[in-house]
Amino acid sequence: MIALNHYLVLSALLFAIGVVGIFLNRRNLIVLLMAIELMLLAVNMNFVAFSHYLNDLAGQLFVFFILTVAAAESGIGLAILVVLFRNLSTIDVDELDSLKG
Amino acid sequence: MELKTVVFYVFASIMLFAALRVITARNPVHAVLYLVLAFFNAGGLWLTLQAEFLAIALVMVYVGAVMVLFLFVVMMLDINIERLRQGFWSNMPLAATLGVLMALEMVLVLSTDYFGTASFPDQAMPADYSNTKELGRLLFTDYVYPFELASIILLVAIIAAVVLTLRHRTDVRRLDPAAQIAVKHTDRLRILKMPAEKDAE
Repeated sequence: MIALNHYLVLSALLFAIGVVGIFLNRRNLIVLLMAIELMLLAVNMNFVAFSHYLNDLAGQLFVFFILTVAAAESGIGLAILVVLFRNLSTIDVDELDSLKG
Repeated sequence: MELKTVVFYVFASIMLFAALRVITARNPVHAVLYLVLAFFNAGGLWLTLQAEFLAIALVMVYVGAVMVLFLFVVMMLDINIERLRQGFWSNMPLAATLGVLMALEMVLVLSTDYFGTASFPDQAMPADYSNTKELGRLLFTDYVYPFELASIILLVAIIAAVVLTLRHRTDVRRLDPAAQIAVKHTDRLRILKMPAEKDAE
């Protein structure tokens, strides 16, 4: 019998993998974006699981909107990545220091 | 063990394996393909939660559009993988410690029944229940303004992506369609006034 906490534990593990991915690949911008996608997937999994077990469709609507915003985010993120590569010929995060921040 | 439990553990284990390969894969193309696998398995898990519309939308919109966009970008850029992998293993101890700590804490809290999460009854929908129909009804009644806002966000994203990546190259000759359409016959044909031919003398 699969209960709600099985799904919660699963998405907690997925979220932790996403955070570890950000630490490990902190130079590679593309893998950073993919780790963010993994974390968003974990959050969406929580929403869908709660929506099912509480019998409330609002959670699934939230997932719908999160998917929209995440698609917009990765679209703009990849556009910035392409412009960055055109100007610097690298996607190394350490090279992004032209603002001297 | 009933079938649903088996399905859950199969999908969950493949998804976690794929997620681990996403962050450890050497080649970014492989990472994107493993992310696609993770999304497919998440879609399968959502099907077991009776969220059919979102499961299909995840596979079609996310795998079909966003992940293909990722693949385009990864394959288009000529990346020096070796340079980007520098620091991977030196970050590993800190990352592994933090990740294991985070996962352990969340698992300890969530796997008990402290919040009552283990005792929610499994909701079985009637056979004629349509998840898509119910979502559509909510989306166009209670959530109609957020729905319109979502469309505006997508429009902003489209325009932003186009504006960011558009460039006017000066080293190529190109046609200007507006000028082609606006052309008039006077631009193409010139009537010259010239004296009539002289009589032969």
